[in-house]
Amino acid sequence: MRHLISLDELAGDDIVGLLSTADHMAEVLTRPQPKVPALRTKTVCSLFFEDSTRTRLSFETAAKRLSAETLTFTAASSSVNKGESLRDTVETLAAMGVDVFVVRHKTAGLPLAITRWCDARVVNAGDGAHQHPTQGLLDAFTLSRAMKRGNDLSGVRVAMVGDIRHSRVARSTVRALHVLGASVVLVAPASLLPAAFVGSETIPDGWPVTVSHSLDEVIGDIDVLYLLRMQRERMDNAFISSPGEYSAHFGLTDRRLARMRRGSWLMHPGPMNHGIEVAVDLDSLDAHGVTNLITRQVTNGIAVRMSVLFTLFGSAAEAFDGQ
Amino acid sequence: MGNNGGPVLVTGGTVLNRSGESRADVLITDGRVERVAPNLDSSLPAESAGGPRRLVADGCVVSSSFVDLHTHMREPGREESETIATASRAAALGGFGACVAMPNTDPAQDNVAVVEFVRLQGERAGLVTVAPSGCITVGRNGTQLAPFHSMAAAGVRLFTDDGNGVQDPLIMRRALEYARELGVTLAQHCEVSRLTEGAVMHEGCCSSRLGLPGWPAIAEVLMLQRDIELVRETGASMHFLHLSTARSVEIVRQAKNEGLPVTAEVTPHHISLTDEKLATFSTLFKVNPPLRTMEDVESLRAGLADGTIDALATDHAPHAAHLKDQDLSAAPPGMLGLQTALGVALAYSGCATRRVVEAMSWSPAAIAGLDDHGRDIEAGSPANVVVFSTEGSWRQTPESIVSKSINSPYFDVDLKGGVRHVVHRGEVVVAGGVLR
Repeated sequence: MRHLISLDELAGDDIVGLLSTADHMAEVLTRPQPKVPALRTKTVCSLFFEDSTRTRLSFETAAKRLSAETLTFTAASSSVNKGESLRDTVETLAAMGVDVFVVRHKTAGLPLAITRWCDARVVNAGDGAHQHPTQGLLDAFTLSRAMKRGNDLSGVRVAMVGDIRHSRVARSTVRALHVLGASVVLVAPASLLPAAFVGSETIPDGWPVTVSHSLDEVIGDIDVLYLLRMQRERMDNAFISSPGEYSAHFGLTDRRLARMRRGSWLMHPGPMNHGIEVAVDLDSLDAHGVTNLITRQVTNGIAVRMSVLFTLFGSAAEAFDGQ
Repeated sequence: MGNNGGPVLVTGGTVLNRSGESRADVLITDGRVERVAPNLDSSLPAESAGGPRRLVADGCVVSSSFVDLHTHMREPGREESETIATASRAAALGGFGACVAMPNTDPAQDNVAVVEFVRLQGERAGLVTVAPSGCITVGRNGTQLAPFHSMAAAGVRLFTDDGNGVQDPLIMRRALEYARELGVTLAQHCEVSRLTEGAVMHEGCCSSRLGLPGWPAIAEVLMLQRDIELVRETGASMHFLHLSTARSVEIVRQAKNEGLPVTAEVTPHHISLTDEKLATFSTLFKVNPPLRTMEDVESLRAGLADGTIDALATDHAPHAAHLKDQDLSAAPPGMLGLQTALGVALAYSGCATRRVVEAMSWSPAAIAGLDDHGRDIEAGSPANVVVFSTEGSWRQTPESIVSKSINSPYFDVDLKGGVRHVVHRGEVVVAGGVLR
């Protein structure tokens, strides 16, 4: 694997391989000294043109646990604001000896463009509404490991709820869950489904999902409730009428929590909007037999990103035994 | 290589006129066609004996040179991407004898001074007729009417805010009233901008997978329908630029059946490429209106073939490399077209050669009001002539591009035929595929 741009372009076996390598990394993280020298000769540069402290710190922690040098470039503090072109910025940083760029940008396709502009490896840390592949991997990892199902989620029913249209998480996580055999139902108002779904009688090519417009219809039949972040600014172009209206029909409310199956699971990619998609007290989940995986998603993000960075430079088994 | 006004004899070709095709030689003197007849070659002195310069057209079609209704020449203001001189070179090599220069220059072509400058730069380049269009509104900002009377008096025949659709129905209604009175044509870029904010590609299955903001077909259809109703009301004629959707073809067909004075064009890229090209995320394929689906492509081809769509127009839109080397949102839309238009038409339009000539020369000359162009090859006609072959497969290479920019989408695409010679106002400007 030279770059990681999209889970769509990875074979199922490669996705499973990355999850299995993440098991090794998770073990490393439990050691008294949670660090291995695997990438000590490498320099990993976070290249974030869009703010995301959480994802950036997760990648940088992963790089440090692998003993890589880390550099941080964020648009706010950079020459981009002085009119330097994006390509010049990338070429300049590459000339400093960067081995891996971890790239976040508001526009789909920019990480791929960077692979054409320099020789460094590129990991997509979120590009527009396209892909956020490490999120997809960490979601599949978190759920399958929490359920103690190995790499097999066949028969598991997941409802992914919210702004699918603008969500790179949905495009990544649906793919990863599908590879492990889970079935996914997208739950959203029509305006928040990708345009190809609107007015179509059939599910568009490339989406291994079913669709529902009612959370109430599916909430009692699912094993996993995956809530997406609902951005308030979606009101501006009439995707939703108001956050309150959205919450009442597509949020996790006390009434819906009471209808969830005992033994089911709650996931969210963060950051949460309390009072919109998460309209319950999360401490009350236990009483209903629902397990909150949100913190575990964050924790597992480190192991999964270690797996990705490591796999850019070698195959799984090598470095870990005997260290 | 020029003939400095001396006589030229095009030999051995098939002359293609409205009345039909015939094997004939074409004698050109003093900027006009003097005689069209078989075997002139043997009856006139050889070139070495002081006879007319010979242009060999064996196996080729001889017709009036092409007219592009839609050329972005980028001068004044964006000379790093293209100049009128470099665009003229590309046009001549593409077999064009005239180009309508789009008005989104900087400053815009919204006044006589800029319009005259563009025309004059075209004359200085001396390879093709450069016919400046004029803006519909000042600065193409959609709010204040441009000086129609002054620009019409300066020879402008086509008015457009290309790149921007005229959003305000009141402005468009008034502009049509002016246009009717002056006998000029408005050319609309059909795009309801509220529906395309931030868009970089066709809204559909591909954009949904790729997570790229979509430009829905309905944004074109709504403005097209509005403007057809305005045409019906005002009686002014309107030309619709770069149609891109299947539904647009149906709507224009209906309007023509009703006898409304509307015309339409399609670009070479909209009949040869689809939105799936964006899966590469390459900014080369970002264009406005966007590449659409195969269903749209097929409808556009059919519309071009049956005459619903009058003209093939390039929307030649050069952009310097650094402008295209950005993310898809920031990169400007547009692709080159002049040097590849004929090759695309012959390979992808599904049109017979006669229809290709009609759509690339006769119809656009009429729409642009260019009396010296699109004329049959007959005695007395201005000598604006192209000689081209309809056979042979080729691919464009970056080295072959004479524009200042190389943002062509056709490096990996098989094209057909080729331009061999071009005569502009009696002057040989391209001979054997080589520029003067």
